[in-house]
Amino acid sequence: MDHKEIEVVIIGIGQTAVGELWDLSLRDLAVQAVQAARKDSGGFKPNAVYVGNYLAASGSRQANLGALITEYAGLIGTEGVTVEAADASGGAAVRMAYTAVKSGMIDCAMAVGVEKYTDVLGSENDALIAQMLDADYEATEGLTPAAQAALLMNRYIYENQVPREALAGFPLVAHANGANNPFAMYKKAISRDVYLRAGMQYPPLNLFDVAPYADGAAAVIMTRKDLVPPGYPHALVKVSGSSLIVDRLALHDREDPLFFSAAGLSVQKACDQAGIQPSDVDFFEYADITSLHAILSLEAAGFSKRGEGWRLATDSTLTITGSLPVATMGGYKARGHALGASGVYQAVEAVLQLRHQAGLCQVPNAKLGMIQCLGGLAGTAVTHILERVDDY
Amino acid sequence: MTDHQHSAEDLEKLLLKPAKPVGIVGYGAYVPRYRLPAKEVARIWGGNDEGLPIKEKAVAGLDEDVITMSIEAARNALKRACINPLDLRAVWVGSESHPYAVKPSSTIVAEAINASPNIQAGDWEFACKAGSEAMVAAIAMVGAGMGEYALAIGMDTAQGKPGDALEYTASSGGAAFILGPAQVSLATIEATYSYVTDTPDFWRRAHAVYPEHGQRFTGEPAYFQHITSAATTIMKAAGYKPQDFKYAIFHQPNTKFPQRVAKELGFSPEQISTGLLSPVIGNTYAGAALIGLTAVLDIAEPGDKILMTSYGSGAGSDAFIINVQPPILDRQAKALKTQDYIARRTEIDYATYVRYRGEITIR
Repeated sequence: MDHKEIEVVIIGIGQTAVGELWDLSLRDLAVQAVQAARKDSGGFKPNAVYVGNYLAASGSRQANLGALITEYAGLIGTEGVTVEAADASGGAAVRMAYTAVKSGMIDCAMAVGVEKYTDVLGSENDALIAQMLDADYEATEGLTPAAQAALLMNRYIYENQVPREALAGFPLVAHANGANNPFAMYKKAISRDVYLRAGMQYPPLNLFDVAPYADGAAAVIMTRKDLVPPGYPHALVKVSGSSLIVDRLALHDREDPLFFSAAGLSVQKACDQAGIQPSDVDFFEYADITSLHAILSLEAAGFSKRGEGWRLATDSTLTITGSLPVATMGGYKARGHALGASGVYQAVEAVLQLRHQAGLCQVPNAKLGMIQCLGGLAGTAVTHILERVDDY
Repeated sequence: MTDHQHSAEDLEKLLLKPAKPVGIVGYGAYVPRYRLPAKEVARIWGGNDEGLPIKEKAVAGLDEDVITMSIEAARNALKRACINPLDLRAVWVGSESHPYAVKPSSTIVAEAINASPNIQAGDWEFACKAGSEAMVAAIAMVGAGMGEYALAIGMDTAQGKPGDALEYTASSGGAAFILGPAQVSLATIEATYSYVTDTPDFWRRAHAVYPEHGQRFTGEPAYFQHITSAATTIMKAAGYKPQDFKYAIFHQPNTKFPQRVAKELGFSPEQISTGLLSPVIGNTYAGAALIGLTAVLDIAEPGDKILMTSYGSGAGSDAFIINVQPPILDRQAKALKTQDYIARRTEIDYATYVRYRGEITIR
């Protein structure tokens, strides 16, 4: 079969709760997500496993998760490899699973995102997280990803004359949605007052503008549409567009640091492949790592003009029933940012939406979704278009 | 951490009860006079606008350490016990800030209070429950009939790394208890129970100056899990409910933790307010639960029932059910009360604090 004719579908999803999961190890988490996904698929056995992870080699002193997780998931004798792209590792693993099936070389591939953040504490964790920056020019100066986002936020506010309190809308929407997601780290809606009273973490970003790093694991299983057996119990979800694009890693090397050009390009390519416009999607799972990421992702995807993305959070546009629902299950902010697992969580959540299994988080009549995972300040951007298939 | 299911009979066996009835015959507190307001720490280190964990903490002076403060508290305990120090058969000091790594604090304390040489002496270490652990051992010694009286002390000059969250609360102070026959006690020990697991929430390695901690891991799986387990088990095994106690004291590393654990267990703010001293003296570590008990005994009346539950990182909790007896009324005024020490207050600034705590290296 020519690869252009191959239709890739997601037939199994699994996830663990996100949080500070002291009692669960790296492998416990991954195995739980894999088992849940295999059960959900009706027993599909992947013959390739792509493990998205960022910190294990440094934080847990554990490399070669491709072998370890695949072994503990009971899949010895298959292909297995770790995929690392900072906190876009999960999205990159989904992309690898997609290309494997799409190429025709692999019948059934699994992407597992797993992160064990709480193996390390305090300033040691700050140093590990900063590995995603340019070590020679950024991390060595003491920058962290959140501090860098704060510097950019300052610039954005200055250039576009944004009232700081206008940022409240992003975490308010995320927490309102997270309150209804049983897997979310924070299942509590917050009020505007609570947001405005919160302490500054990285001025001008406050406690609620920065997603919490957390432990968690999620898995998706993909196969060719023609291999889905009759009687498959769920609505089928097709991956109709996929793109991974990188930018210059160091911020100072970019011509325009206030534009996520890799994110913009990957949205364009994924949408072109799917034959849609970004405005066609029923929801957008963006990477709200900080409120700055949320704004620049919306601008890069073309949902607003440059310098205007923040305005989308000032009315009901981004809510579940708005015209562009985002962070529908809590997003990075309320579901929790399980680093190398976050991109796989996004895929799991999009599938739940498209199957209409998202419970109180459900976007009404969702048929087409876009998910985008970012590594750092969009040094890596991975975008997927997922589509509900009713006729198979 | 599994919750073991026990039958009523098995549950009762978990209670530690001495063969001979034992009680507290004397008690004494000590709090150094210097106070460092938490807002003064915030002034230097900034960054914390989430609210301060306490109002202020007690700081030992230049000429004070765990040994001198233990001697003060022990002398107060002897005054209330009205016994000859030579009748003590053990002097045990629980602390995580013994001045020497090798060489006992307890021998110096014993000598200073004229208790030596016919004694057991030794230093105890179990983070913040070293003092209550020494109390359980003293109860066992007296209860077994090996000696008439035993002295157990919990005292600390706790260490907090400059700039660390612990610097707001790590303070100095503690208390001493003389355990003896129940018949001559001002409060009797009905039972104790300890709940201990391997939970690495807070530690200080050999030769390290400051402790390290697991941040939020010190909360739910550590402090709350152990105190809740110890308090719930002792109450269930002994057949009591929170309402049966006039007072309750829980280890107090800050203001919020003991308030929250008390609420979760079903105790009212009135039951814990007398023993809740951390807002005004900070976390005295091995002394924290014990000095709360001295503040309660200072105003307690015969017939009052008290629950004390300590917590030490690493981790474990000792729970005690204590019944106040008539002799207490004659003893309360025989030494300075805990609130007298708290009222004796000289505020210092951060610069004085770092000088007193030896944080400045001059060489």
